[in-house]
Amino acid sequence: MLQTWLFQIAMFLFILTVIAIPLGEYMAKVFVGERTFLSPILVPFENFLYKVFGVDIHVDMDWKTFTVSLLLFNLVGLIALFLLQEAQGFLPLNPEKLKAVRWDTAINVAISFVTNTDWQPYKSETTMSYLTQMFGLGLQNFLSAATGMAAAVALINAFIRKSTVGIGNFWVYLTRSLIYILLPLAIAVALVLVSQGCIDNFHPYVHAQTLEGKEQIIAQGPAASQIAIKHLGTSGGGFFTANSAHPYENPTPFTDYLELLSLLIIAAAFPFAFGALVNNRSQGWAIFAAMMFLFVMGLSFALWSELHGNPLLTKLGIHHGLNMEGKEERFGMLASVIFASAGTATSTGAMNVSLGSLMPLTGLIAFFNMAIGGVIFGGVGCGFIGMLFYGMLAMFLIGLMIGRTPEIYGKKLEPYEMIITVVVLFLPCIVQLIFSAIAVTVLGNSSPRGLSEIIYTYASSMSNNGSTLMVSESNTIFYNLTTGFVMLFGRFVTIVCALAIAGSVAQKKFNPPTARFPTASPLFVFVLISVVLVNGALTFFPVLVLGPILEHLYIYST
Amino acid sequence: MRTSMLWNTKFIFPAIRQAFIKLNPLKLWHNVVMFVVEIGAVITTIIAALSFFAKDQPFFIFGLQISLWLWFTVLFANFAESLAEGKGKAQAESLKQNRSEIYAQKIISDADDKDDKVELVPALMLKKGDVVIISDGMMIPSDGEIIEGIALVDESAITGESAPVVRESGGDKTGVTGGTKVLSGKIKVEIKANAGETFLDQMISMIESSKRQKTPNEIALEVFLFGLTVLFAVVTVTLAVFGAFMHVEIPITILVALLVCLIPTTIGGLLPAIGIAGMDRLLAHNVIALTGRAVEAAGDVNVVLLDKTGTITLGNRLATAFIVAPGVTEEELARFAMLSSLADDTPEGRSIVVLAKEKLQIRGRDIRSPVGAKFIEFRAETRMSGIDINEVQIRKGAADAIENFVKQRKIKFPEEVKKDVEKVAREGGTPLVVADQDMVYGVVYLKDVLKEGIRDRLLQLKNMGIASVMITGDNPLTAATIAVEAGVSDFIAKATPAMKMERIKKYQQDGYMVAMIGDGTNDAPALAQADLAVAMNAGTQAAREAANMVDLDSTPTKLLDIVEIGKQILITRGALTTFSIANDVAKYFAIIPALFISKCPILNVLNVMHLASPHSAIMSAVIFNAIVIPLLIPLALSGVKYRQASVTFLLRKNLLVYGLGGLLLPFIGIKLIDMGIVWLRIIG
Repeated sequence: MLQTWLFQIAMFLFILTVIAIPLGEYMAKVFVGERTFLSPILVPFENFLYKVFGVDIHVDMDWKTFTVSLLLFNLVGLIALFLLQEAQGFLPLNPEKLKAVRWDTAINVAISFVTNTDWQPYKSETTMSYLTQMFGLGLQNFLSAATGMAAAVALINAFIRKSTVGIGNFWVYLTRSLIYILLPLAIAVALVLVSQGCIDNFHPYVHAQTLEGKEQIIAQGPAASQIAIKHLGTSGGGFFTANSAHPYENPTPFTDYLELLSLLIIAAAFPFAFGALVNNRSQGWAIFAAMMFLFVMGLSFALWSELHGNPLLTKLGIHHGLNMEGKEERFGMLASVIFASAGTATSTGAMNVSLGSLMPLTGLIAFFNMAIGGVIFGGVGCGFIGMLFYGMLAMFLIGLMIGRTPEIYGKKLEPYEMIITVVVLFLPCIVQLIFSAIAVTVLGNSSPRGLSEIIYTYASSMSNNGSTLMVSESNTIFYNLTTGFVMLFGRFVTIVCALAIAGSVAQKKFNPPTARFPTASPLFVFVLISVVLVNGALTFFPVLVLGPILEHLYIYST
Repeated sequence: MRTSMLWNTKFIFPAIRQAFIKLNPLKLWHNVVMFVVEIGAVITTIIAALSFFAKDQPFFIFGLQISLWLWFTVLFANFAESLAEGKGKAQAESLKQNRSEIYAQKIISDADDKDDKVELVPALMLKKGDVVIISDGMMIPSDGEIIEGIALVDESAITGESAPVVRESGGDKTGVTGGTKVLSGKIKVEIKANAGETFLDQMISMIESSKRQKTPNEIALEVFLFGLTVLFAVVTVTLAVFGAFMHVEIPITILVALLVCLIPTTIGGLLPAIGIAGMDRLLAHNVIALTGRAVEAAGDVNVVLLDKTGTITLGNRLATAFIVAPGVTEEELARFAMLSSLADDTPEGRSIVVLAKEKLQIRGRDIRSPVGAKFIEFRAETRMSGIDINEVQIRKGAADAIENFVKQRKIKFPEEVKKDVEKVAREGGTPLVVADQDMVYGVVYLKDVLKEGIRDRLLQLKNMGIASVMITGDNPLTAATIAVEAGVSDFIAKATPAMKMERIKKYQQDGYMVAMIGDGTNDAPALAQADLAVAMNAGTQAAREAANMVDLDSTPTKLLDIVEIGKQILITRGALTTFSIANDVAKYFAIIPALFISKCPILNVLNVMHLASPHSAIMSAVIFNAIVIPLLIPLALSGVKYRQASVTFLLRKNLLVYGLGGLLLPFIGIKLIDMGIVWLRIIG
């Protein structure tokens, strides 16, 4: 069985890579405005949009203008989404006559979807109207993904430019990400999903009679169109509460495979887009290699932990003690574990499995994937940004150790860059630890499991992942407001810092390539991986010991 | 040798005293990491005191020892810094000492007066612009420039070089440094620096930690260390909260111990010492860095501009051969060449006379200029010099100038000579053609002679990834030949001061870090533009002011050492940072199980070192953390060895030694200390 699994994993990762390479090349072309095979249809549409919204594409924004545009755009989206939830009772496309969403939940949801987190404390079926789902949540799944991509492109572009204050035009990057990349992919994936049995309708909920003679209400809705983008845009907000474990969201093993692929694909293509943009493909490969290594490492560990089974179950007479609680029987254990890994490594958080039921060490991997900042592929755009920041820290140390002023991709790393890198890499850890400590004090649930749930919640919010380990109720004012703040913090600190550093990098000259440390070398990849792991391990070792590791030891000692 | 110097008691005792003085929080707060340790030490000391009064005997003993080791941690760091300061200061102070006892003869009358009236003033009272007279056996009171006279100066006080040097007004050797001694001669010196602003003063401020200007890279590293400190502070505090949540009370003393072990105390404690020690090392090479930035730039230099004359070649071109024109004998050519050069006092001219004497086999005494001879001096317009003896007009000069000269007299310039001229130029020599009003006699071959060992040095630069550019006033052809011969990467021929500066700017625009070495006033603009500008101490004041380093020995090839020291400082910082962070892993494995083992005995599986008890585990980690600082002082002060190797090799080596070593060493160290604690029964 193990061999088949390993083969399947290898195949999956191979297919992922094979698709990611050309997609990355395509994305690079889109971002610089070169012609692609979709140009004949989309260029007029793009220009039409610019005309309607009055965008002057020739404006090269400095980082401050870029940041203000991005923040305003997100602020408007946030307010609109909040109002939509409050007004949904009076609006059409609401066959179930759902009322306004509770204020704290609505704030949380607005933040959650604008920040590409899709932390969902509510039950979709009884909370959100079709209109809210489509024009609120679904729309933000597109826009938040495009926002992240725009920020990443600005940062990448800064490494190509020199001696300029301009880092590009936010509206152009946003529009191109949307209509050339996200929309076409989403349409294609949605169509395949529908063909496999995913629903996409505006029907009222179906009332069915079960065999036991009880009534069952089966929720309906425009699901497929949103499921496609929730994966592609790594936001992960399920149309139904059960997310990708729901048969309407994930009807067949093929859709499971497709959804898994979609949630990784754009994030995995970003390093290749980067390589193409800086016109040095091997740079992209180096980043991709680091991400892939970390992903495979986590996946292997999670798989090992699940395959070991649960001694408590073995005692009950279950063969090998394999823990199948919370896993989707239709797909099997491998599909569940790989989904859990991929869903937390990327900042998607979509799940076909109940994370709360996983073995403690699998949960540890899921936590670690997020706690290091969601950089193993990560969210579209933001994951790549995070990895670049780790790259800067790695190059800072490398520079010192080879006796040169640190630089990355030919740009010097000076105190300003270090301040920002330290803020991006450390501040989220600091804030999530503080919030976990506050939550622990306020809520009190003194078990390793209780601790794991809480630290997981804030790690998930901070890295804009949105998955949860929580079995208990999370739709409380306390959680809604604290996670709301943490989500905003995690998202916009990263983005603003990325743009600030883009602004400074774009102004720098290039260091000549002589005696530069090769960033496209195995040694760099090794240092990059080490920096990610050491940073995560040193920050979270104590909580991991008290949470998942202790729980694991308890299970195995009884 | 340096290490033994380091442990000299002359430096140790003052450093120990300084280590305590630096405990003053007002002095310590600029070093965030150590400041945090000190606060921790204060807290644990208070707690230990309280537990003493509460008659909690076992905890008092434990708490007291933890507090002591925390104080030691700070003291060790202070000691490292003081030791580095002490070494540099000792060198500088002895010079300063000399100076304060010097009196200078300051000229107080108008310059018009025939007899200068002088007044005896202490050297420290001299101001910029004052003019002093210095004669045999007197000390030079301050930095300045000779405006009149010539003197033999003993600069051994600052350079350690016992051979005296000549300094004279006009030209490129006008600079004198305070604290040096005039052996013979009488000079008028215009003082160029107020008291407190001389090179010496600048140098002293570079090695005094509190006054030292931090380099950008040092600031960047401090930012990183500050971030780590805050991060670990939060990790520690939240751990207390999580512990409380699991019903484990963690005593504050232990929390502080954990925090101090986690924050990067090793690099935080040694960071100032590393920077100061770098300055000390430069000083040991007789180089004074005027800004910290320059030292750092030195490690990054990728282009070096070198003057050909004096740096790559011996200085002056010397006549090495006579190439005769058809129908002329060598004796004839030699005689005419000699005659034309008799009055030529340039080194080239003298070398022609020397060579001619050799060829004609005549001794010095026999040369006398012919009666009635009239010397024609070299002029830029004619580019010839020579002698008129009655009707005979002998000229020597550049080929085209002589061609012009003979053409005016309707004489044909022989093709053969033209070819010889070209050949000489191609070979990098300078051809001088000798002629009179009737015929062309031939060519004098003037040749540049490379300095010994220059090829090797340039090759070493190349291996370090540094391109060398030769600056010369020669024509491109000559320049190219010498460039090839010396192995420089590029050259600037027919260089003017403006061209040098333009070239530096161009390199900088392409992102290169440019080093320039110069001595003359005409080098000053280029020096000011360069990232690393090294002025020769013997150079003019203008050059020294434009530079950011001064080489006291005036050896231009010293750049290599400067670059290495710059790199060494960075490598030492990087290595110790990596080491410091890698150490944390073992400390976690020592402390975390110790914290929770009473409540969750199951966590003993994490006690991989099998440390005896929770208290001894924490104690061992703290002690290891403290003593690693003094153990690394020699490394911090002498710097991690730099090898000219590929960057990948360097990184791999340093990662292996300081990364992997830093990971493994504390496991062994903490275990050994723990065994020692058990053996000595230090903790009850």
